[in-house]
Amino acid sequence: MKNDVKKKSFAPTRRSIVRALALAPAAVFLAVRSMPDALAASPSGGDTAASGQGGPTYRIEIHDFAFSPKALTVPAGARIVWTNRDDEPHTIVSAAGAFKPSHALDTDDSFETVLATPGTYGYFCGIHPMMVGTIVVR
Amino acid sequence: MDHDDDRNGHPANDRRRFLKCMAWAGAGTLWTMHAGVLQARTLGGAADADAAAADLKDATFSFVQISDSHIGFTKAPNPDVVGTLKASLARIDAQRVQPDFIIHTGDLTHLSRPDEFDTVDQLMRGSRTHRAFFVPGEHDVIGDNGGEFFRRFGEKQTEGGWYSFDHRGVHFVALVNVLNLKGGGLGWLGPDQLAWLKQDLSARTSETPIVVFAHMPLWSLYPSWGWGTDDSGEAMAMLRRFGSVTVLNGHIHQIQQKVEGNVTFYTARSTAYPQPAPGVGPGPGPMKDVPPDRLATYLGVREVRHVQAGQTLALTDEALS
Repeated sequence: MKNDVKKKSFAPTRRSIVRALALAPAAVFLAVRSMPDALAASPSGGDTAASGQGGPTYRIEIHDFAFSPKALTVPAGARIVWTNRDDEPHTIVSAAGAFKPSHALDTDDSFETVLATPGTYGYFCGIHPMMVGTIVVR
Repeated sequence: MDHDDDRNGHPANDRRRFLKCMAWAGAGTLWTMHAGVLQARTLGGAADADAAAADLKDATFSFVQISDSHIGFTKAPNPDVVGTLKASLARIDAQRVQPDFIIHTGDLTHLSRPDEFDTVDQLMRGSRTHRAFFVPGEHDVIGDNGGEFFRRFGEKQTEGGWYSFDHRGVHFVALVNVLNLKGGGLGWLGPDQLAWLKQDLSARTSETPIVVFAHMPLWSLYPSWGWGTDDSGEAMAMLRRFGSVTVLNGHIHQIQQKVEGNVTFYTARSTAYPQPAPGVGPGPGPMKDVPPDRLATYLGVREVRHVQAGQTLALTDEALS
């Protein structure tokens, strides 16, 4: 699963995207549903074009009170999608307030944001703050 | 939800089995504190019930703690958290002597949704014990920093939501440690609340029994699962001069206790679902594999009786089965 995510992450080929869509229709649907959040959450700087066209998508799964992968390096403009696989709700909060926090993610809910500006983004679960993760945007 | 069916068979069957096991509920654990030392005893038959009743004769008053009702939770091992909260409240209603009030130590709801708060409000209003005090859990403050919680269940003494009151010689302090949490951190009281606490306690003599309650443990119970409060040490330092301090918490859905000098710490069971013992398994989520006929033994209420003479508090934990 981890390898699969990485492969998709680093080489988001058309085929792997199609495969991802086939495998995870619920997650994709939820990601689409939370689009307005993501747009509102985009760092200011007028990157609507990047959000609209959609950069490569990177997925972070929440499982057993941990983010997986915990650390992730992505290109500028990448779309990050978190999906909660726990029976416990979680939220995504930027440590530096770099993006709008998520709503409460119940089981299988997703939240996405687009990171347009290079930098290091620390984030945590606002409900269980010992859950932390980092995204480096290059 | 639907995917629960795969794991547990049909929810209706679960519910039926659950209600069946509620019908033969009876056993539990009785905790009594004698001069700061806790003693545990299993409640079984009529003889134990009589012993509990005898303890009550020495008490000037009693109150009940319930915790972590998680209204809105729908999954294994408990698809009926409304039913189990009702059962807990029925247990309280059935007491021979009604407690003076109920303290709910947080996580009333699972997702801070208005309909979940409505359900809690309705159930609590149906209790024979008419007064209840609440502190928020992290599940009650999602998305609005507790706005909805405090509007409905707050005492509105301070802007931050913490408060205190006196009841028959005992000083009760309600603390909020689930807001403004920092990444990588635990529960948090914050400098404003600590300054208020210092002021609040300064007017009390050291002989005044103190009961402090908050959702997350005010001691380092298991920090790697978030079971602690970063700045609780500062609060505890202020409480050290008092002869009898009892700290009641929830959050971890199981009974844990510790005595430190004159301070006794307790965490309560959940009325909804159990969590694993500290460090057992990958994380602190619900114990999904509890068989329905065993669930009630993991849930419960706590009754605290105040014994005037000794200025100590006797605690009784009652499981739902």
